[in-house]
Amino acid sequence: MKRLLLATFVVPSLASAADFGVNATDYDGAAWSPYLVGAGIGVLSWFTFYFADKAIGASSFYATVAGFIGKIFARKHTESLKYYQSNPPAVDYGFVFVICTILGGFIAAWTGGEIRNEWLHPMWVDRFGDSIALRGIVGFAGGVLMAFGARLAGGCTSGHGISGTLQLNAGSWLTVIFMFIGGIAAAMLLYTSL
Amino acid sequence: MINPGKAVKESSAPPPAVPAGGKLVAAIIFGTAFGFLLQKGGVGKYNVLIGQLLLQDFTVAKIMMTAILLGMVGVFTLHHFAKVNLDIHPTKIGAQTIGGMLFGIGFALIAYCPGTGAAALGQGSWDVLFGMAGLVAGSYLFAEMSGWLKRTVETWGDKGKVMLPDLLHIPRGVFIVILAVLLIVGLFALERAFPR
Repeated sequence: MKRLLLATFVVPSLASAADFGVNATDYDGAAWSPYLVGAGIGVLSWFTFYFADKAIGASSFYATVAGFIGKIFARKHTESLKYYQSNPPAVDYGFVFVICTILGGFIAAWTGGEIRNEWLHPMWVDRFGDSIALRGIVGFAGGVLMAFGARLAGGCTSGHGISGTLQLNAGSWLTVIFMFIGGIAAAMLLYTSL
Repeated sequence: MINPGKAVKESSAPPPAVPAGGKLVAAIIFGTAFGFLLQKGGVGKYNVLIGQLLLQDFTVAKIMMTAILLGMVGVFTLHHFAKVNLDIHPTKIGAQTIGGMLFGIGFALIAYCPGTGAAALGQGSWDVLFGMAGLVAGSYLFAEMSGWLKRTVETWGDKGKVMLPDLLHIPRGVFIVILAVLLIVGLFALERAFPR
């Protein structure tokens, strides 16, 4: 417990002393209060459990899409894989949920006048320059690592980070702690100017 | 050590059955609401997400902690009255420390996560498309290796279904109250230290 408190309060104060050359808070932030949005997601989880018997999650969507594509090019092989034997790709709840998450993001941005229509975020440009190719390579590599990690751990920042933690699932808390350890370490390395 | 059968109490009465068609309608409504909230919360934005990893912007932590607080209290109340099922996944120490770490490194590179990335696409942050292509490729890579991983990494420290109150030998209700208080105190401290 003591160690946890230490980690919660000492690490952030150390980091605020570090200088990364760019500051995330110089760019535009949220339209709504994080407490309002957090409460909304918390309440949304009551509804998904009650009405759909489902927890909020997103990462399995990408495995489903990968399964569909795999079945186009190598149907037998894809169907023979252990993961797809247990989780056959289908247009199911999780698939529709994430498609509609895109729609929800669009509605929120459109109503709030926040449609970005950009290939590079200004913070990326300020740190790494304006090459879309570089962003593409880094983003793709990040996606590969992220999806592999999510499938190995059994969920993402939604499935473990919100749904698993709120159900007090021990493995979800473990996963989230390691997600942030890996993420904070990697991000600080990426943004430390040499 | 921990008997998962005892650790995860079942509802005394079955929750309401949901027809398949109703589930897809639910997915449309809930998915849209989720994406809407994520975008309004700013977590579809590159700088807000990377800002959390650089510990410059605590929007992500504030949203997650508030969602956990409200979600926990509500879902366990509903579960107590046998209105919902819990969906507890096994704790696998090896797979989840390694998987969590890989996810985190990926997070720093792509800047979006699987859910917030979907909201980012909706708001027209097209750079997420590269990350999404990677997510699809990485998922297939995992599936390709899933047979081997299941026999090796996923067996390392496989503890079965474990919940925190059982791990710490604290009654579930007491644990929920303690964690709720810790989350509230933590949120106040966070707001004082980091207004954003």
